[in-house]
Amino acid sequence: MSRLNIQKTYKLYIGGKFPRTESGRYFTINDNKGNLIANMCLASRKDFRNSVVIARNVQSSWANTTALNKGQILYRVAEMLEGRKEQFIAELIAQGETPANAKTEVLDAIDRLVYYAGWSDKYQQFFSAVNPVSSSHFNFSSVEPVGVVAVIAPENQSLLGLISVIAPAIVGGNTVVVLASETKPLTAISFAEVLNSSDVPGGVVNILTGKKAELAGQMASHMDVNSIIYCGTDEKLIKSISELASHNVKRTIFYKKHDWTNESCESPYLIEKTQEVKTTWHPTEI
Amino acid sequence: MQKNKDNSMFKASWSYNEAPESTDHIQIKKKYGLYINGKFSEPINGKYFDTINPSTNEKIASVAEATFEDVDAAVQAAKKAFESWSKLTGKERGKYIFRIARLIQERAREFAVIESLDGGKPIRESRDIDIPLAANHFFYYAGWADKLVYAFPNRTPKPIGVVGQIIPWNFPLLMAAWKLAPALAAGNTVVLKPAETTPLTALKLAEIIHESGIPKGVVNIVTGAGETGATIVNHPDVDKIAFTGSTNVGKYIQKATAGTGKKLTLELGGKGANIIFEDAAIDQAVEGIINAIFFNQGHVCCAGSRLFVQESVADIVIEKLKSRMDTLIIGDPLDKNTDIGAINSKKQLQTIENYIKIGLNEGGEIYQPDCKLPKNGNWCAPTLFLNVSQSHRIVQEEIFGPVLAIQTFRTIDEVIEKANNTPYGLSAGVWTQNGAKMFHLTQKLNAGVIWGNTFNKFDAASPFGGTKESGFGREGGLHGLKPYVKFD
Repeated sequence: MSRLNIQKTYKLYIGGKFPRTESGRYFTINDNKGNLIANMCLASRKDFRNSVVIARNVQSSWANTTALNKGQILYRVAEMLEGRKEQFIAELIAQGETPANAKTEVLDAIDRLVYYAGWSDKYQQFFSAVNPVSSSHFNFSSVEPVGVVAVIAPENQSLLGLISVIAPAIVGGNTVVVLASETKPLTAISFAEVLNSSDVPGGVVNILTGKKAELAGQMASHMDVNSIIYCGTDEKLIKSISELASHNVKRTIFYKKHDWTNESCESPYLIEKTQEVKTTWHPTEI
Repeated sequence: MQKNKDNSMFKASWSYNEAPESTDHIQIKKKYGLYINGKFSEPINGKYFDTINPSTNEKIASVAEATFEDVDAAVQAAKKAFESWSKLTGKERGKYIFRIARLIQERAREFAVIESLDGGKPIRESRDIDIPLAANHFFYYAGWADKLVYAFPNRTPKPIGVVGQIIPWNFPLLMAAWKLAPALAAGNTVVLKPAETTPLTALKLAEIIHESGIPKGVVNIVTGAGETGATIVNHPDVDKIAFTGSTNVGKYIQKATAGTGKKLTLELGGKGANIIFEDAAIDQAVEGIINAIFFNQGHVCCAGSRLFVQESVADIVIEKLKSRMDTLIIGDPLDKNTDIGAINSKKQLQTIENYIKIGLNEGGEIYQPDCKLPKNGNWCAPTLFLNVSQSHRIVQEEIFGPVLAIQTFRTIDEVIEKANNTPYGLSAGVWTQNGAKMFHLTQKLNAGVIWGNTFNKFDAASPFGGTKESGFGREGGLHGLKPYVKFD
């Protein structure tokens, strides 16, 4: 007897909850035969602004979570993803990947999470310094998260690309608001379910689905976003993001890579991109 | 205006004889050209502007105004020089930079006097802070030139190319050193533009750079105003811009370089919070507050221009501050007794005076000591405002002058929130004898530089730079190298 499959409703992921877009709008994702896979939420600028409020509110408590704990939370995300890898492989295939590529991508994504989990309590030592000043002061420089980071995720390798960009940002104590791959958004929302069951506090990662043309401008110009990451090669968009970022001297980060499976896509230097250096002085003379 | 009567006694019984620094040993030409491709040359349009002594408003020298053709010549010279300079071994590059450091040390007194003449800062500051720090900066980065691989483990740093550097008028030689030293150590070539009102020490530095024998075109120094700066920013053959100045201009530059692939570092404005707790060493703290806001006439991007005093000690701190302000000596920058020199330009004086008016109109309570200001030149008495709150413009906006806005607070959380409630994030200061409280605050304050029980300290080995709208990138120390290298 045939059984009717239960299809998943894909929604947004904001503040640890799965709301529909406040705008009530949607866009469709089809497989390569033109059959409907899902109606995705077409997130609005207001959804983005709401997400930023939440990301800002939880940022300092996330940054103050111990480094050891943050590492364990990232490792937990990897554990959860490992347990659900078949689902992600299937979803990537549905989005048009070959089975072999889909498998590589999911396995690499899990390993990448483990990689950054391990950096959680080490990168600080790597990027900090005690500075030998010529006066009687103890002087040191350490790194701190830049704050709230807006992310436009890569179009392709929609799972691995997304994880490769947000893992270094959140392990560094930032909170993120992500616009998922426009053409392949399914795995981003399923990944939100993984995050939601992995002790990542609500609001640390917020994921929207929608259109770059609509949201990129708001993401780049928002006055309470400290940094924006754009993954892609659209030079016009890079220029407009850079211009709008100047409104509040936002830090802009551009990744033009096509292949995120490469080992060069994981590095403590990617964590450093969303860190600020703070130098502290104190007299030592009594 | 409220006056502290007790200090008139102090003033009557303590007078200082003049102690002017001699100027007969310095050499200033009547006219300065542009330093391009290893030569001083006339500007192509033939135009010159005056550089003025702000303490007398008398002309010191004529300085060339660089237009597009001059900037282009400088950029092309730098581009050409990059081919060989970037291939020179780090050891050899470093030796040129060491030489520059030594030459500055040898001529330190001359530089100090010219810095005070051209910019108005007290000779004590230019002699003891600006010039030695500038030399130290070259000395520090000279040593990095052949050790760059150790700065970036597991990566291969390469020079970026032609760097355009635009610097402000508050620490003219020191800012030139902050910009040039790491850029050269990393193998870049430079087109540097000093500020319009303070070009002389950079032009004297050009002489030193020339004497060092560094290959022609590696350093080019072009003078001019904002338009010259914009020409550098927009020149297609410039690979990186490093700018120190106002947040507004910084935003313009970030926008102008958008989509060009030019790398950028910005060191912009600030509105530093200086926080004094009831358990601070009060007398030291008062001295620190004075230094935080009146150092260099308050022309300091990281000045402690917002003072937060814990309510329980507010009365005593404010009384001590006022009486300390009464004893500050304002006047001739070349006098070794002078604490506060001349305001750098007429324009800046107008800006400051305008903010003082705004403060009064917004209901702030002003205090200025009863001091005699010289007749000629640009002067502003040290000023503090009481009865102001977070919403006042003199609390929110950078004044860049000797004007302190004082607020009180009760709890730690309150003061952290108030201190961080600003678009800027350059500096902050904390005064307490309680170690845990100190580190709690230094961690929670959002700024690039935090001074605990001290303020306005700088060092070649110490990274400096801001968060948020105070800019990005660091200058000084290991972290100051990164803005001048690229990776594959």
